[in-house]
Amino acid sequence: MKLITAIIRETQMDAVREALIEANITRITISRVSGHGQQQSVEIYRGQKVVPNLIPKSKLEIAVNDKYVDITVDTIIKAARSSSDAMGDGSVGDGKIFISTLDDCIRIRTNERGSDAI
Amino acid sequence: MKQRKWLKTTLFGIFILCMSGNVFAQGEPEIDTGATAWMLTSTALVLLMIPGLAMFYGGLVRTKNVLGTMMHSFAAMGIMTVMWIAVGYSMCFGSSVFGGWFGWNPDYVMLSGIDTKIMEGGVPEYVFSMFQGKFAIIAPALIAGAFAERVKFKGYMLFIALWGFFVYNPLCHWVWAEDGFLFNLGANGAIDFAGGTVVHISAGVSGLVAAIYLGGRRGYPKITIDPNNLVMTMIGGGLLWVGWFGFNAGSSVSSGLSTAQALTATQAAAAAGALSWMIIEGLHQGKATALGFISGVLAGLVAVTPAAGVVQPSGAMALGAMAAGVCYMFILLKNKLGYDDSLDAFGVHGVGGIIGAIFLVFFIRKSWMEEAAVLAGGDWTLVQQLGVQIAAVLIAMVYAGVLTYIILVIVSKTIGLKSSEASEMAGLDNSYHGEHGYGMLNPN
Repeated sequence: MKLITAIIRETQMDAVREALIEANITRITISRVSGHGQQQSVEIYRGQKVVPNLIPKSKLEIAVNDKYVDITVDTIIKAARSSSDAMGDGSVGDGKIFISTLDDCIRIRTNERGSDAI
Repeated sequence: MKQRKWLKTTLFGIFILCMSGNVFAQGEPEIDTGATAWMLTSTALVLLMIPGLAMFYGGLVRTKNVLGTMMHSFAAMGIMTVMWIAVGYSMCFGSSVFGGWFGWNPDYVMLSGIDTKIMEGGVPEYVFSMFQGKFAIIAPALIAGAFAERVKFKGYMLFIALWGFFVYNPLCHWVWAEDGFLFNLGANGAIDFAGGTVVHISAGVSGLVAAIYLGGRRGYPKITIDPNNLVMTMIGGGLLWVGWFGFNAGSSVSSGLSTAQALTATQAAAAAGALSWMIIEGLHQGKATALGFISGVLAGLVAVTPAAGVVQPSGAMALGAMAAGVCYMFILLKNKLGYDDSLDAFGVHGVGGIIGAIFLVFFIRKSWMEEAAVLAGGDWTLVQQLGVQIAAVLIAMVYAGVLTYIILVIVSKTIGLKSSEASEMAGLDNSYHGEHGYGMLNPN
């Protein structure tokens, strides 16, 4: 079992979610986060250009069994890369994916444990 | 506006009475401070509706579009006011030119010739002009609800400028100018007290045409598109209700009996509309929503707008309730048909306006019909007035629809109107304004 955590552009959130549903990955948690990366975003405040130090992003968390890791990751990459329509090369700020091992998983309703609970 | 004719007749009567007594002052009418004070208040109240509309629409869109959507209303205040002063007032209230297509009066260009002019009702013409100017702002701002969340800001600006010029100004001239052809249709004109046809039907139909022409938002209706802040929508709806007293009661261009009648009808229709929507939604969905309540308020207000001068409270309530029911059903139908009138500009303003403008005939107060009969030379029936109303509604719908379509094609082919998919996904705020609406959702 793996926990896939993806930090993506807010703008790609709908596209990623739709692609995941298309690929039959439907159990996901999404949150709004902000942070530092290589990217700098410029906003305008009363005629003044400002570079906010924290950039808003969306965070996806998906717990999957091992055999679904590749399809999940591929789907996210495909949909989250900017200008993904033309086999885009992506640009700074498209985000990152972290994969970590899950020790266990419990379904609260039934007390099931492990792979069955995912 | 319709009331001006009535007002003139009355004033003429008073004039005759005075003639028998003492010598009447020569020259321009004196300022009626009471009427002027109310018209100044009304002008401010109608302006208040535009930030109200900005909040109402702004709350209904997604977070990434909140500022862009509010700017659709605010930007209209800028561009439409400038255009109104430059040529709008002249095109609406000047004398007919081009076979009555619109009006023109060189004195009204830049409002240069009305610096000291006082109108027959004792109101300075500046006040009347500014009051009317607010209507020219709100009409195009209403359309924005139909294509919310998916238009370029520049394209929108050009669209509303052209729309104001070619759709609003001519329609306003036809319905409200003394030599407009709808003002003189039938015995006593097509009834449009405060802008049912000029503002709501024309904006609603134009919105429908634009929504269909531009196509839906990305993902609609597959993904749910949730309002970002219904609290703001409720505040905005509340401001619209308050402002509507200026919109309707101010349209008497006086401060007297007809003002009181319009004000009462406005409140009655809004309340009846809200209550009906709550009951219908409660029966249909099992819960009465806040958005439903405020939508009912708007449906009622829209329906009573053309009728406020001619119906009594019971008629106003019937119109409000009827509009709420029909608008509710129409929005359900829209979801089945699948076009993306995002914030129901047609579903509420178009449909509500049509209901009001046509069904007001059945609730007209007797004295109006009697007056119409006199003007017609003896006889004037409800069916005849119904014909006049339907004709006016159809003319407004066809004219607004066709001209809007032409304007849409022109804007789309030149600077473009629909957002690119990337800008739409990034949101209007980021793409066109370089800002975000809610700082507090992020730590910075």
